[in-house]
Amino acid sequence: MTRGTMEALMHQVLAGLATGGIYASLALALVMIYQATHLVNFAQGEMAMFCTYIAWSFLNAGFGYLPAFLLTVAFGFVLGVVIERVVIRPVERAPVLSVVVVFIGLLVILNSLAGWIYTYTIKPFPSPFPEALANPLMSPHELGSILVTLVVLTLLFLFFRFTPLGLAMRAAAQNPESSRLVGIRVGWMLALGWGLASAIGAVAGMMIAPVVYLDPNMMGGILLYAFAAALLGGIDSPGGAVFGGFLVGVLENVLGAFVIGNELKLAVALVLIIGVLVVRPSGLFGRVHVSRV
Amino acid sequence: MSRRALVGLLVLLALAALLPFLLSNYRVFQLTLVLVYAIALLGLNMLTGYNGQVSLGHGAFYAIGAYCAAILMDRWGVPYWATLPVAGAVCLVAGFLFGLPALRLEGLYLALATFALGVSLPQLLKYNHLEEWTGGVQGIVIIKPEAPFGLPVNADQWLYFFTLAVTIAMFVVGRNLLHGRIGRAMVAIRDNPVAAQAMGVNTALYKSLTFGVSAMYTGVAGALGAIAVQFVAPDSFNIFLSLTLLIGIVVGGLASISGAVFGAFFIQFVPNIADAISKAAPWAIFGVFLIVFVYLMPGGIAGAVQMASAKLMRKSSQSETGGAKQPVTPKEVVP
Repeated sequence: MTRGTMEALMHQVLAGLATGGIYASLALALVMIYQATHLVNFAQGEMAMFCTYIAWSFLNAGFGYLPAFLLTVAFGFVLGVVIERVVIRPVERAPVLSVVVVFIGLLVILNSLAGWIYTYTIKPFPSPFPEALANPLMSPHELGSILVTLVVLTLLFLFFRFTPLGLAMRAAAQNPESSRLVGIRVGWMLALGWGLASAIGAVAGMMIAPVVYLDPNMMGGILLYAFAAALLGGIDSPGGAVFGGFLVGVLENVLGAFVIGNELKLAVALVLIIGVLVVRPSGLFGRVHVSRV
Repeated sequence: MSRRALVGLLVLLALAALLPFLLSNYRVFQLTLVLVYAIALLGLNMLTGYNGQVSLGHGAFYAIGAYCAAILMDRWGVPYWATLPVAGAVCLVAGFLFGLPALRLEGLYLALATFALGVSLPQLLKYNHLEEWTGGVQGIVIIKPEAPFGLPVNADQWLYFFTLAVTIAMFVVGRNLLHGRIGRAMVAIRDNPVAAQAMGVNTALYKSLTFGVSAMYTGVAGALGAIAVQFVAPDSFNIFLSLTLLIGIVVGGLASISGAVFGAFFIQFVPNIADAISKAAPWAIFGVFLIVFVYLMPGGIAGAVQMASAKLMRKSSQSETGGAKQPVTPKEVVP
């Protein structure tokens, strides 16, 4: 391998890590909801997209990036809690089909609402990272979004590991009955989980928007990669989802650049999803699920 | 089928045969699409409604059917009617093959896999090594067939009658399939796969066969749809097509044959009406309908119609007996 191709490969791997971080965040949001409720949230991408539009509104109203960012994360949190309380709760124990249909309903409502309010014209979205982060290997935004992803992941880890609330949330997800017996309000813990997942999604949305531009359908492909990442890492393993996210990002970029071309990038996700589900449904780090009949 | 239902069906058919002479060509075209959707919805309903396998990617099979018809007509000059069996056969095989790995996937995971299929298909259709066949982003334009044998109908009316004939044939076959042994096996697998297997139902075979037959129905619908619209392009088969089909069966009625027809009317005409409000309105309305139907009317329109007609029957039979001997329902006996 010549020096030139080596360098090109390096570029692709690093760029892949940058988008991979965003897949990792979204995959983590999916895993959080899966752990709490054993549901796969098909509307996760559209929730993130909608939050990003809210951020755009704040920025347009003259807010600075940081206040707009924080307000959007707060909005995302509230959106998640409200959706869980109002829409998801009634179908919690319903058959799979009803649940999937409700998620699809949410997906199309959020998508069309964004189109209705903000039109379908593609909008640019600013990147907050200064030129000072620029270096020969990565653009400021790539490096910045990797950093943001890592910060979000660390905060989440600390929250779940060291705070009483985080402990209560883990307990509610793992063993709802016993948690209820020791006085944890399981229903609210699930709603909080949704809120957190939605807030993480909002961060992911704001990080990917400068790359793919803001448009109501921007999350379609990204959600697919996040699914692939979550499944690859194991749908019930948060660490696995993060690892899966970075891996999928790198795979997508490297395969897209050198092997199959950019046109078939989504097919990589399709093959990954079906491949993992068929060969190893529990993913790389997930628990093998055994059920008694 | 009761006598009353048979008479009702005949009246409906007579009406369907008369309509094209009363409406404008554009309306006739829309009704043709309703029939096309009805076939596709019956296919999806077999899989999701009767067999309990959730598919969020049936638009992919619709697209494969449509492209089969378009490529055959465009490249080889195959007559339009001959493309349907080919589209059906290709989709049968494609569906059966996709159904094999799907055997290992339950519920949510199958929904995920089919969702991935639906999202990634337009990109596959644009793939430049297939461009020679698929026409790439440009798609393929097809010529509308004229009425044969010098029949005194125009092209739109002819296509409507042709589609109507295919629809009737597909529904008769579908009804026999679903109301017979195979249909019972499909429902048994949905309701309790372990018990079904214990009763001697070959679950794996039936599940992948259902996938194949369901894809075949949707593929034939796709071929008919392509002929009616006279155009195929990758972006008309995006994930929203698959979701439209899902909305059709949920609103029309899951696990119901007539539900496919109700659903077809819904997905064809509601967006037309809603478009007047805003470009985004149809999907907002679709979404709200989806959620409301799951909560309040899980049987869909077909379920509601059935309930209403059952109520009506009870009332009329009560008035015949003078209302003296009201049947005591078990609910009133048990406190």
